[in-house]
Amino acid sequence: MVQMPISFLVNGERVDAVVPARLNLADFLREHLKLTGTHIGCEHGVCGACTVRVDGDIVRSCLILAVQMHDATVETIEGLSDSGEVADLQRAFRERNALQCGFCTPGMLMAAQDLLKHCPVPDRDRIREHLSGNYCRCTGYQAIVDAVETTARMRAP
Amino acid sequence: MTTTRANSDVLSMLDRPNSYIGKSVPRPNLDRLMQGRGLYVSDMELPRMVHVAFLRSPHAHAKIVKIDAHDAKRMPGVISVVTGEELATVITPWIGVLSHLKGLKSAPQSAIAIDRVCWQGEAVAAVVATSRAAAEDAAENISVEYEALDAVTDVIAALDPETPIIHSSLGDNLAFERNHDAGNVDKAFAQADQVVEAEFVFGRHTGVTLEPRAVVADWNVAEARLTIYQGTQAPHMVQNIAALHLGLTESQVRVVCKDVGGSFGIKVHIYADEMAVYALSKLLRRPVKFVADRVESFNTDIHARDHRCRAKIGVKQDGIITAFEIDDLTGIGPYSMYPRTSAIEANQVVNLVGGPYANSNYRARARVVFQNKNVMCQYRAVGHPIACSITEGLVDLAAMKIGMDPVEIRRRNLIADDGYPCASPSGLRFERLSHHASLNELIAMMDYDGLRAEQAALRAKNIHRGIGIASFIEVTNPSAAFYGVGGAKISSQDGVALRLDAQGSVICQTSITEQGQGSESLTAQIVGSVLGVPMQCVRVIMGDTDNTPYGGGTWASRGAGIGGEAALQAAKILRRNILNVAAAILQSMSADLDIVNAAIVNVSDGALRIELSELARIVYFRPDTLPPGVQPELMATRHFVPREYPFAFTNGIQASWLEVDTDTGFVRLLKHWVVEDCGTIINPQLVDEQIRGGVVQGLGAALFEKCIYDERGQLTNANMADYLVPMPSEMPDIDVGHVVSPTLESELGAKGAGEAGTAGAAAAVSNAVNDALRPFDTIVTEIPLTPRVILAALGRI
Repeated sequence: MVQMPISFLVNGERVDAVVPARLNLADFLREHLKLTGTHIGCEHGVCGACTVRVDGDIVRSCLILAVQMHDATVETIEGLSDSGEVADLQRAFRERNALQCGFCTPGMLMAAQDLLKHCPVPDRDRIREHLSGNYCRCTGYQAIVDAVETTARMRAP
Repeated sequence: MTTTRANSDVLSMLDRPNSYIGKSVPRPNLDRLMQGRGLYVSDMELPRMVHVAFLRSPHAHAKIVKIDAHDAKRMPGVISVVTGEELATVITPWIGVLSHLKGLKSAPQSAIAIDRVCWQGEAVAAVVATSRAAAEDAAENISVEYEALDAVTDVIAALDPETPIIHSSLGDNLAFERNHDAGNVDKAFAQADQVVEAEFVFGRHTGVTLEPRAVVADWNVAEARLTIYQGTQAPHMVQNIAALHLGLTESQVRVVCKDVGGSFGIKVHIYADEMAVYALSKLLRRPVKFVADRVESFNTDIHARDHRCRAKIGVKQDGIITAFEIDDLTGIGPYSMYPRTSAIEANQVVNLVGGPYANSNYRARARVVFQNKNVMCQYRAVGHPIACSITEGLVDLAAMKIGMDPVEIRRRNLIADDGYPCASPSGLRFERLSHHASLNELIAMMDYDGLRAEQAALRAKNIHRGIGIASFIEVTNPSAAFYGVGGAKISSQDGVALRLDAQGSVICQTSITEQGQGSESLTAQIVGSVLGVPMQCVRVIMGDTDNTPYGGGTWASRGAGIGGEAALQAAKILRRNILNVAAAILQSMSADLDIVNAAIVNVSDGALRIELSELARIVYFRPDTLPPGVQPELMATRHFVPREYPFAFTNGIQASWLEVDTDTGFVRLLKHWVVEDCGTIINPQLVDEQIRGGVVQGLGAALFEKCIYDERGQLTNANMADYLVPMPSEMPDIDVGHVVSPTLESELGAKGAGEAGTAGAAAAVSNAVNDALRPFDTIVTEIPLTPRVILAALGRI
C-alpha cells in the first residue's frame, strides 16, 4: 500500500505523518489525531457531519484525502471551540435547543459559521439554503435556523 | 397555550418556589456535544480492540454452498474470519415472537447466516482485523458460492399458494393475522348515506440515524464478564438478551450507553450483527468494534411501514360517521425482529384506526407476511402514521363526498372533551383527551378561514394550494401490556436512585436513557424542583446497567411519564429524609422546615437554618454529633409503572399548508401547525422540539423517503444521495400549541410527546395535497408523494 509523508497544520498545531494514500481526511482526523468531534455519517459527501475547514473553506473531510492536506491549514470543531470563534453560536444553539443527539452539530456549526462569515445578516431562506447540505434527523431544523438567525443579529454591528 | 389542570392540589410538590417544571431551561451538558467532546460508540477505542467488517449477501435469497476464506485469512492485519456455523458455538439462535400476539410465528435466526441467506445484506461471514479498512480488504477476498433461490418480494404474491415458502417449517409466508370486529359493521354501512372506499399505500422507509448503529463488545475472560458499549435505547433489554444467548447470567453482562447519534426506534432492537459482535468478543477474548457504514445501515437497520390497506368509511349526510373497516397487509422481511417482534406495527394499526372518533362500528383485518427483504420493525410512531393517514384520509374523502368542510366533519365526530373516560371500538381505554379543545386551538393558530380565502383567490390564478387536517391519538407511557405480558424481558417500569453527596449536591441514577430528547434535563428539573436544589446541583447518571436502577429505557414516549414520575417519587423520599435529619440537627419539627435553593429554611418565615452542604458535612463526617438513634439515609430509590391504564393516550391535531406545482408534481410545504396534549409539560422547549423533529420525520415519509426494492429483492437506493431525507431548505417552520390534560395515574401528570409529530404529519400533508388537487377531480392515497405519483394522479404521465 502506498504511504506518503504529509505535513500540515491542524488547529494551529503542526502535524507530520506518513499516511496511506487512500486514507481520507475524516479518518485521519479521527483515528490518527483522535479528533473525534469530526463525525462520519455517510462517507459519501451528503450528510455534512464531517465538515471541517481547509484553508478557510468548509469541505467534506470524507471526500478529501489526507495526502491532499500537505501544507494546508485544517480547522476542526475542537479548534473552533477552543479559540472561542463560535462561542456565541454555541450559546445560541444551547439556548434554543438547536441540537438533540448532537451528532450533526459540529458540522452544522462549521457550516453556520461559514455562512455568517460570508453573509453577516442572512434571512431564514438563505440560512436554510446554506445548511441544506447538513442533515439533522432530530430537530427538524427550525431551532437551528433560529439559533443562526439570533447569532447573526447579535453579531451585527 | 391552553391549560387544563385537573389535579392542582396534588401537584403542589411541583409548584414550589423556584420550580423548574414548565420552564424552558437549557439542557445540561450540551457543551460537550457542541465542542466535539462527546463520546459516541463510534468514537470509542479500547486496548487490544479489533474491528469487524461483515461480508454480506448480494442475494435476497440463496443457499450458501461454500465459503472459502483461505486467502482472506492471510491478508495483513486479519485476526480471524468467522462463519455462521463457527459463531454458533458461542451464541444460540432466537425466534422473534411474543405470546400475546396470538399465532405470530417466525423462524430461528442466527447471528450470521448458516446455509442460507434470506435478504440482501444478511451477514454471511465476519472478518476481524486490526482496522476496519483491513477487515474490508479481506472481506473482498472471501469467495462465497451461492445457489440463488426465488426471492419473495411482493406482499400480495407472498400469500399466493404458488409462491415459494421462505421458511418451509412454518407452512406459509403469513407471519401473523389479527381480525377484529366491533359493533355491527354491516348494518352501519347499510345505514350510511355514503360509503367511501380507497386503497392506501405506504412506502417502506427507515430511520437514517446520523450515527449508524455501533457497538463495542469487550469479553474479559479473566473476569468472566462482558461489557457492551452500545448506542441503545434499552440497556437492560440488551443485557438480558446478550446473557441469554451467550449462556451467561445477567450479572456477567454490563451494558454501557454513552452519547447516541440518533435513535428513533432504530436502536431499540437487537440486530443479528450486534449479536455477532458480542459473540465474536467472547470467541476472540478481546474487544471487538462494529460501526455500520451507510450502505449497511440502509440494508440492515430495521425498515418500517410498507403497508397496503384497503379501507372503507360510512357516513350519514349530516356528517356522522357510521363505521370504519380496514384490510391491512404489510411485509416484514424474512424474520420477525427480536425481541420486540415485527407484528407490533400491524397490531397498532388495528388498534388505532378511527381512534379519535366517537364511532362504535369497526372491523379490521391485518396480515403480516414474510418476504426476502430487510427486516421490518418498530420505528418512531409505530403504526400511528399508517392508522392516522387511513383514518384522516377516509374522513376527508367522506367530507368531500357529502360536501362538508373537513373541520366541520371532525367537529361532529371527534369524541367530546367531556366524554371521558371511554373506550374505542378496538378496546383502547382513554383516560382524558382533548380533541375539540385542540381543534379549536389549531383553527385559531392557523387562521383557517383566512387560508381558505387565500386558497380560493390563488386558485383563480392557477396556483394550487391545499389545507390538510389530521387528528390523532398517541400511545405513550406503556405498561407491561406492550411487551411484558407477551413474555419479553423488557421492563415497563423505571427506577431512580438519588443520593445527597458530601458537599450537598445530588447524584441521580435513572434507568431511562438519553438520545437527545432531554431525558437528563427533565430528570434534573424534576429532582431539583421537588428537592429544592438548583438543577445544576443534580448530576444525572444514565445508560449503565451496573450503575442505574433496573428499567425500560427511553422508547414508546415513556421517558418523561414513567422515569419522570420515578424521579419525583424518589425526590420526595430523599427530601423527607433530609428534613428528618435537619430536624434532628436543628431540634425542630421536620414539618416546620423546607428546602429552598439547597438550604434548609423555616416554612414560616423562610429564614435560613442550615445549608445542605453543612448538613451533609455533619452526616458524613461528624455523625457522632447527631442525637442518639438518628440514622440519616441520604439516599432514596423509587420505581414507577402505570397500573390502571395500559397506555396513557395523548391526542393532538396537525395542519399542513402547501402548494402543488401541477406541471412538475413538486410539493412545496409552506407551513405546518401542531396542537398536542401530553399532559403536564416539564420543559416546553423540549416538548416543542420533540414535536418539530417528529413532524419532519413524518414529512420525510410523506414526500421523499422510500426504500426502493426491485423485483429480485435488491435495494436500489441504499445511499443518502438516492434515498432522500428532509434537508433544511425543503422544510417549513412549524408552529406548536398545547392543551394540557395531565394523567391522574401519576403525581407528575406527564404523558409522552416523542412520537406525536410523526404520527400525524404525513396524513396532514396527504390531505392537503388532495385538497390542492380538488379542481382536478383526482385523489392520491399513496406516500411518498413524489412528483411521479402526483403527475400520474393528474394523468400527466
